[in-house]
Amino acid sequence: MTSALQPTAPAAAAEPAAAGPAARPGEPGTLRRLLRRPRFFLPLGVVVLLCAMAAVPSAFAGWFGHGDPHQCSLEHSGQGPAPGHPFGFDVQGCDLYSNVVHGARDSISIGLLTTALTLVVAVVLGSLAGYFGGVADMLISRLMDVFFGFPMLVGMIVVLETFSVHSILSVSLVLALFSWPVLTRIMRSSVLATRGLDYVTAARELGAGPVRILLRHAIPNAIMPVAVLTSINIGGVITAEASLTFLGVGLTAPAISWGVQLNSAQQYFTTHPGLLLFPALFLSLAVLSFVLLGDCLRDAFDPRLR
Amino acid sequence: MGSYLLRRVLLMVPVLLGTTFVIYAAVYALPGDPVQALAGPDHMVTPAAAAAIKAHYHLGDPFLVQYWHYLVGLLHGDFGIDLNNTPVSAVIEASWPVTVKLALMTWVIEAVVGVALGFLAALRAGRATDIAVLGGSSLILGVPYFITAYVAQVFLGVKLGWFPVSGTDDGWPLSYLVPALCLALLGVPEISRLTRASILENLGADFVDTATAKGLSRARVLVRHVLRTSLIPVVSMLGTNLGYLLSGTILIEGIFNLPGLGYQVFQSVQQHDGPTVVGISTLLVLVFLLVNLVVDLLYGVLDPRIRLD
Repeated sequence: MTSALQPTAPAAAAEPAAAGPAARPGEPGTLRRLLRRPRFFLPLGVVVLLCAMAAVPSAFAGWFGHGDPHQCSLEHSGQGPAPGHPFGFDVQGCDLYSNVVHGARDSISIGLLTTALTLVVAVVLGSLAGYFGGVADMLISRLMDVFFGFPMLVGMIVVLETFSVHSILSVSLVLALFSWPVLTRIMRSSVLATRGLDYVTAARELGAGPVRILLRHAIPNAIMPVAVLTSINIGGVITAEASLTFLGVGLTAPAISWGVQLNSAQQYFTTHPGLLLFPALFLSLAVLSFVLLGDCLRDAFDPRLR
Repeated sequence: MGSYLLRRVLLMVPVLLGTTFVIYAAVYALPGDPVQALAGPDHMVTPAAAAAIKAHYHLGDPFLVQYWHYLVGLLHGDFGIDLNNTPVSAVIEASWPVTVKLALMTWVIEAVVGVALGFLAALRAGRATDIAVLGGSSLILGVPYFITAYVAQVFLGVKLGWFPVSGTDDGWPLSYLVPALCLALLGVPEISRLTRASILENLGADFVDTATAKGLSRARVLVRHVLRTSLIPVVSMLGTNLGYLLSGTILIEGIFNLPGLGYQVFQSVQQHDGPTVVGISTLLVLVFLLVNLVVDLLYGVLDPRIRLD
């Protein structure tokens, strides 16, 4: 793993003011190059669109004139597409299009919140283990081993099964509980590789304390391999949330998420395949965009793959 | 070799203690009534069942004593009792063969299809086949597999009627075919990417030139020399995947009504039978750890370069 960050080291040294979150080699150029590739801007566009949908669902839900997901009449239960209702109606007779649009909020919130939590834990624990070594490293590494010992879905099912509140926050916490070790391990080895570099030694010799070295020098230069994985991670979390909710241990009914819609479609999909297909379509589109975007970012920014 | 085996087994002990402790603490040591928490807020637990569960888990004793009893029980094959006061191990006994059959079948599909696609993509690197394999695997990875499973069930089973899509009435292998294919979608992209990368790395190696210079046919060089060497990392990944498969069949078994361990978890979640969920899940965690241990040990035997430092 020591070779992981070699390419960044000479670049950082070449820059006179290498301290702090220095501009990475060719970063603006890389971004501009990326923006010209359909492989990058197509998923990026979808991600931006879905995030907008999650932020202000009412702006999108009303396009066909029936924007309220809770305005339902049972006489339309399970009916197919009709004028003003492009996706048809769900079992309760609510407009399916509006429900699917509103479903973006919970799924994407959980994806972002879990990934943010995971990132914070990974950066803090990974830096502590990688920079200080010794007892801290041993404790953190053994704790990671324990969580790597869980098949993820099974571990999350056990913990969620004992929770009585299944809100966005509690589901995110459980998802983060089982997903932090992957990023933490990468952060640890990345900081470990940075620790021995000349500018860190120089800072230490100049009398900088460990906190200053970590915040100003080690973390900004070691965070790239972890940062490029966040987008893929969001895709994975959204899938995991949908799986758990579909199974019945994630979010539950009054919440509108794609997982909840898929869960309630289970019993009716033979007669009303649309109930399954439309939420599934949006869910897949979201996961696919985050994963493809992440793939592209990783290829562009992870020096190991250059 | 002996010390490698011993160290790997010893490393397993803290992980085993840690995982069981996390499960135990999450389930039985949280504040409040664990029996009611397991049953869900709307479920009435008969006093007799509650008393039986409390006695079974020694919930009156100090925390560490409780955990000790629980751990000793696990090692004796005691996975708890459900809300109807029957041992979870009875459910496990009836359902494990289904899960093992499904997992093994999926595993074989993953290995054959994954290696074949990776081999093909590597030989055609940069050309249409390669790009198609790469693009296809990205697409497959992006669509959650339980959705693919549902769509396959609707179209292949219900609409077209080509395959049985529910239950095990048609026996092995017919009833397991579509579920195994859907589950294999998780592993095939990974395996094929790894195979491709590994073969590409070896294609330029000196021993390949030597074999070609000796006058061996292209096919013989590729299969006997390149493929064989390239499969070492693939075998390791396949080993890890077996652990995931044995413990990761919950959604697929639930969707296709295959009465294995995963199906029991699926059903118990829907019926709020918490103790069964926890009992079977604990078994799945232990199986996962055990399979990983065996794979690591075998790998150490197969490839002498792999040693614990």
